[in-house]
Amino acid sequence: MTGASSTPGRKGAIWIVAEQIGGKLAAVSLEILGQALGMAREAGGREVAAVLLGKDAGGLADELASFGADKVFLADDPRMEPYRNDAHGAVLARLVAREGPEIVLFGASACGEELAPTVAARLDTGLGAHCTNLDMEGGGLLMMGVLGFGGRVHTEMFCPARRPQMASVKPGMFQPPPRTDRRGTVVREDVAALLEGEKIRLRAVKVVREAPEGVPLEGADVVVAGGFGIGGKEPWALLEELARELSGAVGCTRPALDEGWTSGEHTMIGTSGKTVRPKVYLGFGISGSPHHTVGIKDAGVIVSVNSDARAPVFESSDYCVVSDFRKFVPALIREIRKAKGGSPGEPSTVPVSK
Amino acid sequence: MGGFHIVVLVKPVPDPACYDRVEIDPATGVLARQGMPSVLNPSDRHALEEALALQERHGGRVTLVSMTPESSAETLREALAMGGDEAVVLSDRAFAGSDSLATARVLAAGVAKVSPFDLVLAGNESADGGTVHVPSQVGELLGVAHLANVIRLEVDADGGVRTRTRIENGYMEVEGALPMVLGVRREINTPRYTSLMGVLASLEKPIRVLGAEELGVDRARVGMEGSNMRPGKMSRPSFRRKGERVKGGPEEAAARIVGILRAEGVLG
Repeated sequence: MTGASSTPGRKGAIWIVAEQIGGKLAAVSLEILGQALGMAREAGGREVAAVLLGKDAGGLADELASFGADKVFLADDPRMEPYRNDAHGAVLARLVAREGPEIVLFGASACGEELAPTVAARLDTGLGAHCTNLDMEGGGLLMMGVLGFGGRVHTEMFCPARRPQMASVKPGMFQPPPRTDRRGTVVREDVAALLEGEKIRLRAVKVVREAPEGVPLEGADVVVAGGFGIGGKEPWALLEELARELSGAVGCTRPALDEGWTSGEHTMIGTSGKTVRPKVYLGFGISGSPHHTVGIKDAGVIVSVNSDARAPVFESSDYCVVSDFRKFVPALIREIRKAKGGSPGEPSTVPVSK
Repeated sequence: MGGFHIVVLVKPVPDPACYDRVEIDPATGVLARQGMPSVLNPSDRHALEEALALQERHGGRVTLVSMTPESSAETLREALAMGGDEAVVLSDRAFAGSDSLATARVLAAGVAKVSPFDLVLAGNESADGGTVHVPSQVGELLGVAHLANVIRLEVDADGGVRTRTRIENGYMEVEGALPMVLGVRREINTPRYTSLMGVLASLEKPIRVLGAEELGVDRARVGMEGSNMRPGKMSRPSFRRKGERVKGGPEEAAARIVGILRAEGVLG
């Protein structure tokens, strides 16, 4: 166990813990770097540092510097790849204890949401979970906005007494910073020394990542989403056809995912899924639970289609179409083809049930 | 007898089906959750199922440990009806207001009280708070290996552990050895139904209640006072938008939506 400094922010720095996926920086790592830089600017200038753990990761450390990190602590060692919470947790806790940053931000990815509480427990400090907003208040106190009860309650959380203040941040909440030709300082760490006396008990024997099919939700201009009201795999194909027509991505709610109609967890939008910000979001057969709505709150225009005129989803929509999607989607596809001036072609149909 | 002693961490939570009724008292800013029935936290059912499957395979004991007010003990009976040998309720006014680390401290003390243990299983996250902190932090405090996001688990008779954990667009295979603390995700299994026999058997199963004194936890390190995290303002996020009704039948409405798509510049 490593003892943390309990003296508030002796150096006042804001740190982000960077994650790499397949030799690239994770999108969420750049998002939290962007937010860290923004908070540092607003506070009248504080050091922003990134920590990068990995093997042969020097190039990525330079990249973090080019995105604006003043300093990059690089733990480059075969034992740092692939990720294991014990090895990574030990190195991070010791670095933080040594340097005494004021704030440490993690991306709330699958690895980050496990690593952050591991480090917080080692340092006996406070951690905000899956934060959807962050703000630095007077005296460097970090406001960590978290959602509970499936997105229905927003709570401002604080860690007033212990340092560092730690937060894991939900992917998709902040904008990545612009890339510059800046060069920061890269500090190469002695990983063997940082791991000395630490018990490493886990062995990561395999890491499998498959590139998901279709247009990714992140960055899509149009998102076509479906919920429990779609009713089956066959009608779900209509949504996929519509998305193809608009070069958009297909998203889903938790209930639709649980029913097995979708192409997988990577398409789920909401508190336990992704946050999207398309120019236009088209939702079908979705009741409007906050769990899902949280994930689309920053969409440009929200269009909802539901056969129930009293569906709660309409309250959080810009345009509400009361219609059976099995009639409406084919009509919409025809209109889109007409508008694009191509051959109209007949969209698929599925039987309309009573 | 052989087999392992498996401890399952369970938590009664307000029924997620009622979360639309959660209100914040505008005067006090406190959460009003009256009239919400308690249910066993959904992912904890999967942790218990995994423990019961291991018990069927290897023998041994399954103990449920829960930090919850004594009034929620009935939910523990419900869990015991699904399976498990006994339950231990960690209940003390001093625990109220605990953040995730203070909660983990109480739970770790509870696990230590029923030790020796081989494996601690927990739901990955609770439906109400959903931090995903507790499995990792209990593991840290107990000084044993731990993993969150577990979606597959194999435990050999000699204590070798092979897991699969969920990561974005894939999975990892991670190995280790007992003792361990594991947080499991819902896709790991399908929990069994509770049988009438199970309900009857649960009536005979012991439920022990332990307070701060019996657990030997320092009151200054648990509850609101012992928590590093402090809640401030609470609010109900509003997602309200203009809610304009698009008139007409499917064709007419579709034409209108195409107009919106064109105005937003997404028609290609």
